[in-house]
Amino acid sequence: MGPQTGSVPPGEGGELAAATDPHFALITRHERRMEIMVALSFWLSIAAMVTLAVVYSLGGQPQLEGAMLGVGLGALGVGVTAWGKYLVPQGPFKQERDHLPSAPEVRQAFAESFKRADTVVGRRTVLVKLLGAAMTVFGAFLIFPLRSLGPQPKKSLDGTDWRPGARLVRADGRVVNTADLEVGGLLIVFPEGFAGSAVSQTDLIHVATDDITTQPGRQTWGPQGFLAFSRVCTHAGCPVSLYEEETQLLLCPCHQSLFNILDGAKPIFGPAPRPLPQLPLRIDDNGVIRAQAGYDEPIGPGFWERGNGPA
Amino acid sequence: MIPQVATRSSEWVDNRLGLGKWVRKALDKIFPDHWSFMFGEIALYSFIVVVATGVYLTLFFVPSLKHMIYHGSYVPLQGQRVSEAYDSTINISFDVRFGMVMRQMHHWSADVFIAAIVLHMCRIFFTGAFRRPRELNWLVGVTLLALSIVNGYIGYSLPDDLISGTGVRIAFSIIESIPVVGSYFAFFFFGGNFPGDAYDFRFFIVHVLIVPGIIIGLLVAHLAILWHQKHTQFKGHGATEDNVVGSPVWPAYALKSTGFFFMTCGVLAALSGLAQINPIWLYGPYDPYKVTYAVQPDWYMGWLDGAMRIFPSWEPVFFNHMIPSVFFPTILLPGLTFGLFWAWPFVENHFTKEASRDHNLLDRPRDRPVRTTIGAGVLAFYVMLFTASATDVLANFFGVSLNLVLWAMRIMTVVVPLVVAGATYIICYETNSLPNVGKRKRASVIVRSADGGYESLETRYRPGDEPRELEPEELPGVYVHSKDELVGSVQRAAGDGGGSAGGGSAGGGDGSDSRPTGALSTEGTSVEGLGHEGPRPEGGASI
Repeated sequence: MGPQTGSVPPGEGGELAAATDPHFALITRHERRMEIMVALSFWLSIAAMVTLAVVYSLGGQPQLEGAMLGVGLGALGVGVTAWGKYLVPQGPFKQERDHLPSAPEVRQAFAESFKRADTVVGRRTVLVKLLGAAMTVFGAFLIFPLRSLGPQPKKSLDGTDWRPGARLVRADGRVVNTADLEVGGLLIVFPEGFAGSAVSQTDLIHVATDDITTQPGRQTWGPQGFLAFSRVCTHAGCPVSLYEEETQLLLCPCHQSLFNILDGAKPIFGPAPRPLPQLPLRIDDNGVIRAQAGYDEPIGPGFWERGNGPA
Repeated sequence: MIPQVATRSSEWVDNRLGLGKWVRKALDKIFPDHWSFMFGEIALYSFIVVVATGVYLTLFFVPSLKHMIYHGSYVPLQGQRVSEAYDSTINISFDVRFGMVMRQMHHWSADVFIAAIVLHMCRIFFTGAFRRPRELNWLVGVTLLALSIVNGYIGYSLPDDLISGTGVRIAFSIIESIPVVGSYFAFFFFGGNFPGDAYDFRFFIVHVLIVPGIIIGLLVAHLAILWHQKHTQFKGHGATEDNVVGSPVWPAYALKSTGFFFMTCGVLAALSGLAQINPIWLYGPYDPYKVTYAVQPDWYMGWLDGAMRIFPSWEPVFFNHMIPSVFFPTILLPGLTFGLFWAWPFVENHFTKEASRDHNLLDRPRDRPVRTTIGAGVLAFYVMLFTASATDVLANFFGVSLNLVLWAMRIMTVVVPLVVAGATYIICYETNSLPNVGKRKRASVIVRSADGGYESLETRYRPGDEPRELEPEELPGVYVHSKDELVGSVQRAAGDGGGSAGGGSAGGGDGSDSRPTGALSTEGTSVEGLGHEGPRPEGGASI
């Protein structure tokens, strides 16, 4: 099958086409040179693949492996493509398109075959309806096993692990007291016993008391300038982690919402729709920071049942 | 020429399956050539690479969120608490020989796969290749794009590194934001409130079995429909609505396409060895309370991320129920996007009424200014959303405030598409009104007939302007079988019906000549080629 010499057309049709038919002429005038190029490509590919095998056997090295595999496959590709393009006649050849629709009589025959069922099956109307009903019930049942995949949310999105009096701990479980955080510092805290919790994670920030704009009803929530806000962004749930001391802003690195710490963590910029919920704090006699209570509204991003806030 | 063994074994197969007549037809099939037809090929070939490398990765990857202490060979992570998913991905990268190349090749090919799909889709759109009879294949293709994006996202979420973990957290919020059922969906899929304990192995099975299974099924359908309907082609070179002009599958097209497959693989392999992608060992393991700067998803998720960033902080609450803010950019926007994509062929046909006949000749984008304008505008909109996913990086790079960048992106996302659309329309209109630009004008000869009618005649080309393309020929021997004639008939050379259909077009100068009605009626006769395939099953001249 291989067209070794360009002037001889390929395939069984060879004797039909005149040797001078331009459709069988190659588009390269330097056939011999092209053959050498293709051969060189194949040799390069072989060399690269052998090198790859050697690299692999010696323990492997990602950059070399990728480069050798790339050269090996690439050279193979270039060789085969050049062969197909320059050493095989390109025509142009043409072909009629088939008419796609079935002929009218074929459609008619199809309709008749299909209608066979009308008389044989369709006349038992009660059975047809029952069959439909059975299928529907079966289909409806198929949804049931999905229920096994997980628990219902119920009220679990409304609350966290924070309980009244819970001590604040760091990710490694150490209890936080007032001496641990200077003014201008931030600590990631959790309720004791829930270190690392995804929903209860909270930013504890120490600011100068004078600067705080006290929110109505929250007069006692930030003793000695210790403020605690949910670390779960109200936009899409990322940890609100970047604290800029100079401007007293919290930035969510995912979608760049900015929250003003001094003003109840209200969003002042970006897509976040609600302030970060605030955790009411108190400081006990040993200087340990505790939660007065849990959050008074669901933390994190919105959901359908959330409504307007406090449940 | 063919070795005896091959002949005998193909006879053996043909005796049992009768494949000869089908394969013969396949070998003679003509495929048109154009550089823009290769985007689809790149998509197909990178998909093959994705599957091959992905199968290899499953032999090592452990889809589990169970925590353990890392003891592998990557020193900076030793002694850290990581999940088994993260640990096994690091091991693939550093302790499995050739694993790094395989992993990066998987990631690179996935990115290239989706990029090629998008380019392919643009090609289909701007040339009008989605019109009758190819609407179904457009629907299949758009579905493939959606599935590929979903699977890409789920795939890069598997290693449980700090960036993808953050992405999974966002995905939970997105699912949670669906009105009425959102929190149930999220809890069922994750096995509870975030992070849950189930998502990694559920993601895994969705990623390696369910979605790829659907993709492969649809891909086969996509190719089968393409094969059956035959490829579209541009005007010129003797191409008409009723023929295909190009090179035959065997051997020219098969060689070129196989070569292109290896070239695609070669580029992907070189990238995966030389260009680092998703270095999860630098990001670190995921912990729900940790996060890193410049959290950007893979490129094909960029438009959604950008939409999330620039969408206003608006969250309607009514009757004590909430539609969360992320619902609009991440559920509604993609819903509308893909809804529009799916509906497009039918929307367009509603206005143009072009579905009354088949369209096998492609449009030049400039010849369809309205479609091209809409496409360019929509494309610009998504490019702007994509750009918006880098607001933080842009602010850093240009040293301007985040505020400025955000507002600039919000405004530009609305304005730039309009500007692009306007400019596109003007460009289309201007180029459209200049036929044969760059060529010398030919004389216009207008003849008045005896009964007073006027007619414009074809005139000769100016010297040097003659079209140089060969008139396409039929492949030797192709119709001998289907027309029930014996092999060896030389009658082919006469070039009967087909010659006049293509030849009348004054040498394939593009554009002006379209002869739909006349050509259609001749096509009716070629139906016989289909039906009469059966009666002559014998193997041909060799017996």
